[in-house]
Amino acid sequence: MFSAEFMRNALLAGTFIALACGVSGWFVLLRGQLFAGDALSHVAFPGALAAAAAGIDQRIGLFAATILAGGAIGVLGRGALAARDGRPAGASGAEDTTIGTVFTLILGVGLFFLTLLNTSGAGRSGIQGARTLFGSVFGLSGGEAWLAAGVAIAALLLTAAIARPLLFASVFPDVAAARGVRTRLLSTAFAALLGVVAAEATQAVGALLLLGLLAAPAAAAHRVTTAPFAGLALACALALAATWAGLTLAYALPWMPPSTAVVVIAVGLYYASLRLA
Amino acid sequence: MRADASSPTLGWNLARDASQLFEYHFMINALLAGSVVAVMAGLVGWMMVLRRETFAGHTLAMMAFPGASGAALAGVPAAWGYFAFCGAGALAIGRFSGTRRRSWSERSANTGAVQALALATGFLFVSLYGGVLGDLESLLFGNLLGVSDGQLLALSGVAAVAVAALAALARPLLFASLDGEAAAARGVPVRALSIAFLALLGLAVAATSQITGVMLVFALLVTPAASAQALTTRPALSLAITVALGLVVVWLGLGISYYSVYPAGFFITVISFAIYLLARLLAAALGRRSREAGPARLASAPRGSVIS
Repeated sequence: MFSAEFMRNALLAGTFIALACGVSGWFVLLRGQLFAGDALSHVAFPGALAAAAAGIDQRIGLFAATILAGGAIGVLGRGALAARDGRPAGASGAEDTTIGTVFTLILGVGLFFLTLLNTSGAGRSGIQGARTLFGSVFGLSGGEAWLAAGVAIAALLLTAAIARPLLFASVFPDVAAARGVRTRLLSTAFAALLGVVAAEATQAVGALLLLGLLAAPAAAAHRVTTAPFAGLALACALALAATWAGLTLAYALPWMPPSTAVVVIAVGLYYASLRLA
Repeated sequence: MRADASSPTLGWNLARDASQLFEYHFMINALLAGSVVAVMAGLVGWMMVLRRETFAGHTLAMMAFPGASGAALAGVPAAWGYFAFCGAGALAIGRFSGTRRRSWSERSANTGAVQALALATGFLFVSLYGGVLGDLESLLFGNLLGVSDGQLLALSGVAAVAVAALAALARPLLFASLDGEAAAARGVPVRALSIAFLALLGLAVAATSQITGVMLVFALLVTPAASAQALTTRPALSLAITVALGLVVVWLGLGISYYSVYPAGFFITVISFAIYLLARLLAAALGRRSREAGPARLASAPRGSVIS
């Protein structure tokens, strides 16, 4: 299994993306922002289409779209119903509607670029769309795998740097603000970080894998323990286990797409944690 | 994408421009289907926005992907797959709703897991099907201008059922949505209502997404309702505004796209977002003028103050 180069690349990129998703997913669920993460993974698609229409590297479009959407959700959501019960706006679901409206707009604009691509005869947009939506962890080149790993490590380090104040601000926003923690700056920074993870993971392994790895391992960890560091470690361990087991399974079964295998195992672990706890 | 080569031209004669819209059968079908969908999505979406179940609605819309690919694999009409997967998805999401003390974050985690699983299944179906799924673009973004007479009839039937069911559930559902604990204490079956509403939402989303596509369902499901709820706290009035906005958005979008090369979905989304922004600005202006008049939004009203 390790003799195949595509498999080594997949394991390399998958391992670090799983770690980044486990850590940021744990904070995402703590802050009740899963829908935001999901929306960010979807807006990557119009971003890539826009870049293709403009004839520039699709990665620029991906990052621009996710960061733009994160900012728009932040600005409009804050105005909507900020911190109704003394919790972050996301925790009570108040951001939901804003997220829905913003990412629908971005998808609509994506449709515009899709039409532009089709009518201008640039073609192949359908194929590109499918690759953006679902990626392929088995199709990574060596350079792409190292790049994905590097971005994931950078995201992990940044998260570690803001972890303590972020934890404080997520659990007790009012107290944190009173103590002089800059909660708004922290939420914006975290949204941007999430945007970077979303853009990189989407581009490397697909939006599908991103959502599965963001939601399921972290949700299982939150079910099992409320202790922050044990929870973070458990989320990472589950994400890694799902990734490695899924990649192995997809290698063994030729008809099984790797993203499907990883996500099914991750969600299976989550449902198992519901039985346990 | 117009079916006909004789492209219509926009002139200064507004009556002629308007009558041009009705010259083609496909355009009449599109307007009728769009109107039916706008009314149904507006009503169901209003309740969804009030209940803060936008993420659940989005997840149900995503069910169309395994639905369509599973139907292609099994060789049955795509609509069967849509409805089957939307129903199953509603039940899976509904497991965690209701009175049991689940935090919002926990429920959203379950919803996210259901969505990831559904997309993974859909992806598996596509690769088992071994090829490009018929038309990815129309699955994602719909085909408003290709509605057949049969589809229109089926859509109207589904919409009638959905609206009737919503009307039957409306009062207890409104009570349970605004104050679940008080409703449960009064003997309202909150959990059963919640699952029933999700099933209804699944039905509405499946019907809507066949016309507008998976990605653009929210332009009719969320945005008009969010605009209306930003403007007024009175349920009947904001429901009426929601439906009116939905209809305006669909008609304007279809009308403009008729004279342009770009698809209706794009115009519908952009117009509906522009209305939402205007509504938010208007609400902010009004709220600043009459802050003492109380909370600006229905969902943030004090407990039990709306249902009397």
